[in-house]
Amino acid sequence: MTVFSTAAVIIYLVFSPLIACLFSGVDRVVTARMQGRRGPKLMQPWYDLVKLFSKESTSVNDIQKILVMAHCFFAIFSGAIFFSGEDVLLVLFALTMAEVFLILAAYSVNAAYSELGAQRELLQMMAYEPMTLLTAVGFYLSTGSFKVEDIIGTDLPLIIKMPGFFIGFFFIMIVKLRKSPFDLSTSHHAHQELIKGLTGDLSGPVYGFSELAELYEEVLMLGIAALFFITSDPISYLWALIAIAVIMFCMSLIDNIFPRVKWEVLLKTAWLVTIFAGGANLVILSLLRK
Amino acid sequence: MRISKSPWLLHYDGSSCNGCDIEVLAATTPRFDVERFGIINTGNPKHADIFLCTGGVNSQNQDVIRQIYDQMPDPKVVLACGICACDGGIFKDCYNILGGTDTVIPVDVYVPGCAVRPEALIDGVVKALKLLDEKADKMKRGEYRSMTSAEYAEALKIKGQLAEAADTEEKDA
Repeated sequence: MTVFSTAAVIIYLVFSPLIACLFSGVDRVVTARMQGRRGPKLMQPWYDLVKLFSKESTSVNDIQKILVMAHCFFAIFSGAIFFSGEDVLLVLFALTMAEVFLILAAYSVNAAYSELGAQRELLQMMAYEPMTLLTAVGFYLSTGSFKVEDIIGTDLPLIIKMPGFFIGFFFIMIVKLRKSPFDLSTSHHAHQELIKGLTGDLSGPVYGFSELAELYEEVLMLGIAALFFITSDPISYLWALIAIAVIMFCMSLIDNIFPRVKWEVLLKTAWLVTIFAGGANLVILSLLRK
Repeated sequence: MRISKSPWLLHYDGSSCNGCDIEVLAATTPRFDVERFGIINTGNPKHADIFLCTGGVNSQNQDVIRQIYDQMPDPKVVLACGICACDGGIFKDCYNILGGTDTVIPVDVYVPGCAVRPEALIDGVVKALKLLDEKADKMKRGEYRSMTSAEYAEALKIKGQLAEAADTEEKDA
C-alpha cells in the first residue's frame, strides 16, 4: 500500500457516511424540487442516521444483530479493499458477501414481510450480479488487470473503450443504490406491499448499522463508476466528480420519470441490458485485444 | 442532535370514515410537504417515532393498535388525530366502539377536528416533537421508559376501580 492508497482508505473510512449522507440529501432535495415541494434539509439523512443510533435497542433475536453487524463490516471492508487499490473482483465478491449477511438477517427473524423482502433481494441480486461481474471483466479486457491501481493508471478514460459496460453498470446502479423499482426489497415507500421488506424487522441501532452499511456501499458504487473516468492525469479526478454528479442527477430523474416501475420490469430488462450493452461491448473488446 | 430533526411517523386508521386519513395524506402532498421537517411516513412500527392514529378503537382492532404501539422502540409519542380518535366522536355510541385511542394505549397529543385539517395536524406533530425530545433526554439519563399497552390496561383498570369505589362512597354518604 502506498501513501496515496492509505490516505484514500482513511478518508473512505472516516468521511464516507458524511459524503454519502450529503449525496442522498441532495438527491432528496432534488427529488422534492422535481415534485414541486421544498424538500427536507440537506443533511437530513445524517439526522436520520444519528437518530436511529439514539433509539432503544431492540432486536427480534440475538443472531439478527450479529448478522447485521457482519453485513456492515463486509460492506465497509469491500470499500476499503477498493480504495486501497486492490483487486476489483475481490471487492465485488466481498460486497456480495455483505448482501448475503443482510439477507440471512432478514430470514432469521422468520417474519412474513422480512422473508418476502429477502426473496426479492435474492431476485434483485440475480438480476444485477451478472452485470457487476461483467464490468470487472471489462476492466480486465481493457487494462489487462483487475487491480484498481492499474485500472486508474490508463492514459485514456475507460468510458471510451467501455461505453456499453458503463450503460449496463449505470442501469444496475439504480437498483443497487435502491432508487428504482419502487417496490424493491427495502423500498421506503409507505404504499407498497413489502413494508420495508428486508429491513422491516430491524429497529433502532440495528437498523442504523444496516443504513450505515448502505452509505458505505453507496460511496463504493460511485467509486466504481468513477473508474470509468479516472486516468493517470490528475485533472481526470475532477471529471470523475462531475460525472458522478451527472450520474446521481440522472438516477433521480429516472426515478421520478418512472416512479412506479415494478420489480418484474427489472427482472425482464436487467439481463437484456447486460447482454446487449455489456455483452456487445465485451465482444468488441475481446476482438480488439486479438 | 435532537431526535425531533428526524421524526418518522406511522399512520394507522382505526375505524374512521377516512376523512382524517385523506387529510393525513394531504399533509404529505406538495402543498403542505411534511418532508421539509424531516418527517417520513414509514408504514413500519419498528422504524416509527410517532404513532398517528385516526378513527375510534373498535373491538376488532384494539389488539392491532396495542401490537403496533408495543413494537415501536422508545422514545415514541402517540397522536390521536380527529375527534373520533380523541374520544370516539360521532361513532361513540356504536355497539362495537370502545372509544378513543386512549382506551387502549397512552395518548400524548390530541388533535381534534372533523376532519382534522392538515394545518392542525402539522401543529400537533410539532407539539409532539417537543415531547419526543423531552422523552429522549429523560431516556438518555435512564429515567424514562414508556408504558407498554399491558401496563396501561392495568393502570386503566385500577383507575376504573378507584372511580367505582369513589362512586359507591358517595352513594353511601
